Amino acid sequence: MRLRFACAVLAASLFTFAAPALAQEGEEPVAPYVQSDANAGAAPITDPAVFAALNGREGVNRIVDRTVDLALADPQLGPIFQPFDMVRLRRTLKEQFCYLLGGGCTYTGRDMTTSHADMGVQTRDFNLLVQHLRTAMREEGVSNRMQNRFLAVLAPMHGQVVQR
Amino acid sequence: MVFGGKLPLTRGVTSIDGGTGGGLSTWALIAGNETDDGVGASAFVTRVPLSDYDFAAYGVAVGFFDRVELSLAHQEFDTGATGAALGLGEGFTFEQDIVGLKVRVLGDAVYGQDSWLPQVAVGVQYKHAEDDWLLAALGAEDDEGFDFYVSATKVVLEQSLVLNATVRATRANQFGLLGHGGDQNNDYQAEIEVSAAYMLTDRLIIGGEYRTRPDNLGFAEEERGYDVFAAYALTDNLTLVGGYVDLGSIATFDDQEGAYLSIQIGF
Repeated sequence: MRLRFACAVLAASLFTFAAPALAQEGEEPVAPYVQSDANAGAAPITDPAVFAALNGREGVNRIVDRTVDLALADPQLGPIFQPFDMVRLRRTLKEQFCYLLGGGCTYTGRDMTTSHADMGVQTRDFNLLVQHLRTAMREEGVSNRMQNRFLAVLAPMHGQVVQR
Repeated sequence: MVFGGKLPLTRGVTSIDGGTGGGLSTWALIAGNETDDGVGASAFVTRVPLSDYDFAAYGVAVGFFDRVELSLAHQEFDTGATGAALGLGEGFTFEQDIVGLKVRVLGDAVYGQDSWLPQVAVGVQYKHAEDDWLLAALGAEDDEGFDFYVSATKVVLEQSLVLNATVRATRANQFGLLGHGGDQNNDYQAEIEVSAAYMLTDRLIIGGEYRTRPDNLGFAEEERGYDVFAAYALTDNLTLVGGYVDLGSIATFDDQEGAYLSIQIGF
């Protein structure tokens, strides 16, 4: 019993301190949290066709960077994003998309409720980001049907991302 | 107060009854571009030149918090040269006003992609036709009446589909243009409206609709209606709808069909 408890504490602290260890140069520290793929907010897509349609890991990285660039340049979304750590956001978003698309990545970020807690995102902001993501996917040559299959996984996160 | 913010086409288009839907059927979506913290509005004009008649509808709708929809519509059914053959006089025009109230009660058509639960709305439409003397002569019981409906709408992003089913309790003859109830039947009947559309892009959908209607009047048979359509959100504020509709027999003239065009403005 005691051994089990000790193992659990050890495991938890490993996970907790593992997260900042993976952080890239230039990231700001965040409050400790338990790292888990479950934080990504949905189960991965099992059909590899969608990840392939987004041009794999490199395509996903380009799509994330383009989406974040469009959001930062957007008069409505820019002020929401600017106060936050964009280095960390780009990294965790790339991990999250890759994980959700069944690309074999590990998601090391926080869960959707925690990571959006101080952003004040409203439904119209959520929708606008969807539009920028669609633009980025379209520029990457992703068909509308495959865009929709990916967005189907992200759409239910509306409930955790948007603050009432 | 906040305006705008809905995803393209998710305010639907305005059906000929004035409520948000497809062209022919009513859906569970709410009018206007507003989201859950704003107010929006839409306006529409639809023209349907049929084989022997000319149908037109126009109106406005207001959406509150993507939750409640209030709509006003006016329909004109110009009998043209057919009016003379019907003994009504050439160019005789049946007209009616429709006031609609719709409330979304559960589910979310767009965000609820992890559930099969559709967006469900309930609504009522008050329809008041002109020329009550003529409607009575044609066998209609009333020149005004209420339709009650339940609509379920689901965007199935995984399949790029938009699906809708509506059950409507109604006594309306030819959508209410020929009054309500008749010499053949005067009771409320449950009629169905089903639609399916495919999202070619997030701004262009193509689909079809099917709508059953009561057959209350002895002098003329009333049939189901169906259509195929394309809706294109040119901008977030302007949607164009083109289609082909078949409304069956109307006032003894069979096979009423034709291409239609609808212009939809939304804020």
